[in-house]
Amino acid sequence: MIKTLRLRALATVLGVALGLGAVGVVHAAGEAEPPIAVDWSFSGPFGRFDRAQLQRGFQVYKESCAACHGMELVAFRNLADPGGPGFTEEQVKVIAADYTIEDGPDDLGDMFERPGEPKDRFPSPFPNENAAAAANGGAVPPDFSVIAKARAGGTDYIYSLMVGYEDEPPAGVDVGDKYYNHYFPGHAIAMAPPLFDEGVEYTDGTPMTVDNYAKDVSAFLMWAAEPKMEERKRIGFQVIIYLILLSALLYFTKRKIWSAIDH
Amino acid sequence: MSPIPSEKYVPQSAFMKWMEARLPIWGFLYPTAIAYPTPRNLNYFWTFGGILSFCLVVQIITGIVLAMHYTANVDMAFNSVEHIMRNVNYGWLIRYVHSNGASMFFLAVYIHMFRGLYYGSYKAPREVLWILGVIIFLLMMATAFMGYVLPWGQMSFWGATVIINLVGALPLVGDWITTWLLGGFAVGNPTLNRFFSLHYLLPFMIAGVVILHIWALHVPGNNNPTGVSVKTKQDTLPFHPYITMKDAFALVLFMILFAAFVFYAPNILGHTDNYIKANPLVTPAHIVPEWYLLPFYAILRAVPSKLGGVLLMFGSIGVLFILPWLDTSKVRSGAYRPLFKQFFWIFVVVCLGLGYLGAQPAEGGYVIAARILTTMYFLFFLAVLPLLGLFEKTKPLPNSITESVLGKNGGGGMAGAAASGATAAPESKA
Repeated sequence: MIKTLRLRALATVLGVALGLGAVGVVHAAGEAEPPIAVDWSFSGPFGRFDRAQLQRGFQVYKESCAACHGMELVAFRNLADPGGPGFTEEQVKVIAADYTIEDGPDDLGDMFERPGEPKDRFPSPFPNENAAAAANGGAVPPDFSVIAKARAGGTDYIYSLMVGYEDEPPAGVDVGDKYYNHYFPGHAIAMAPPLFDEGVEYTDGTPMTVDNYAKDVSAFLMWAAEPKMEERKRIGFQVIIYLILLSALLYFTKRKIWSAIDH
Repeated sequence: MSPIPSEKYVPQSAFMKWMEARLPIWGFLYPTAIAYPTPRNLNYFWTFGGILSFCLVVQIITGIVLAMHYTANVDMAFNSVEHIMRNVNYGWLIRYVHSNGASMFFLAVYIHMFRGLYYGSYKAPREVLWILGVIIFLLMMATAFMGYVLPWGQMSFWGATVIINLVGALPLVGDWITTWLLGGFAVGNPTLNRFFSLHYLLPFMIAGVVILHIWALHVPGNNNPTGVSVKTKQDTLPFHPYITMKDAFALVLFMILFAAFVFYAPNILGHTDNYIKANPLVTPAHIVPEWYLLPFYAILRAVPSKLGGVLLMFGSIGVLFILPWLDTSKVRSGAYRPLFKQFFWIFVVVCLGLGYLGAQPAEGGYVIAARILTTMYFLFFLAVLPLLGLFEKTKPLPNSITESVLGKNGGGGMAGAAASGATAAPESKA
């Protein structure tokens, strides 16, 4: 947002400098609305994930999204990693065992199925892209491993998309057999509204609304895309404090050395 | 014009005498990196040479480590980068330092180049120094472009497709060179493999040219904010500890900015589409290069003909090679050139404007603006600089660096008395 404003300011300055007047920003027809800005627990230099929110978000992913959207880069063991949803290793074993993993070949050369283990990655719902497209009317549901970094607007966009459905498209807009969404580029999205009030059974007393589901699953996807975020911000703080102290020492050293010199 | 010769190293200890008789490495390094006389009036814009050396070293070290974990194959490249981010110890740190390091490198090189432009650092006797710098800049752009392809995201793939196809616009040899660069008829596995190979090679070529660049710097010595050549020892200070400490301080400030990006906004300079795996069947809505290449991308798209765009884009860098002979002014420093100063800042705005336009879709008012700015870009080099030298009334130059320094501080004091011998040598200005 700030970036856009700065660019617009620059455009205006340039336009005036050139005597062109402002080079207005052209919005193409059907362009998506800017996503809703959500106040995330993990934004800002000291932001951290809310463990309970990530656990709820995982539940929403598992029960509402995972039927179509894979998460091939994330392993079950990651759910117990520091800076993540904070499941215990025992819980992770139980979660993993819920999934069926194809393994093999065994000693006879046959592939076999076994319950998931913490080392396994989330199995993708479709064997390949063609199968995914065939089962979803031609649209391939994207993998969720890095989706929070792969969309302009990040988690704000994912949240907005979840709450941005409209039962009927506005008059004069035809979305065919697709669904109208305020925030999807072009507005016509192939995915049916995935979340419904009371659709996922929360056990911690959080109100079971689409709004909460959307926030929780967005936060979970941010963690899935950036599992080292908390470590990154923590080390970053240490690094920057260290560099500021070092720069102060260097400044006074430099000033002392140069104090006898006209320059 | 001849600089003050560096103090020679005289070995004191028995060991160093023994060593110097066999491998006089300290005898080479001492006058080059310790006693090397630098103008006493260098400002902080002169710290970017050191900062750039730091950037190159950081990119090479992080790059070598990344290459230990990266897989250059179209089916595995994207996931191998994510493997680095998730499973390699501190892999996220190494990769974010490397990817943001490229941006920091370009930020520093642009400041370094604009500094050279403002203070006339390309003028005699530093033409070869400048040209070597432009060669480094070209190598940097090639390296960065190929590096951006390696994660094999959507922008990697489509950026490579757009840029390599440009070469096809060249008459006669275009198709042949395109096929040769691609290793086939479209961007694919052979392209990725050769880009990885060349991306590993080019930084070492850059390091080689950097050595030549420093060599060419040490023959005439540093330019300085007055543009007046060093005349006496009084004008200079030994590189160590004066410049080393100043460079170190500036470098740490630069590292704070660097760290702010790496730790708090590691993806802000990249494009979100590059976190989508490359897909030859889906074209992104807007194909844009990294920010540091945007001005050249704007020039490329400003021209209606493909060949014309390519020629103009290469011309925009090519013109830098002949810059020392385009600027006819006898006065080096922009500080003493009132008209040049104004044109310089207009030129800076033109470059920023081209960068902005490079990120916009090539349509409507944007294209018209890009054409105007492209024209202004070339006019600066081909008309303004040659003509200014003939017509501009420059301000009077100080007789020496020492005089300019003492004048600024009121000309009094003990240092002034000590330096008075140096100010009375007005035989050659510029």
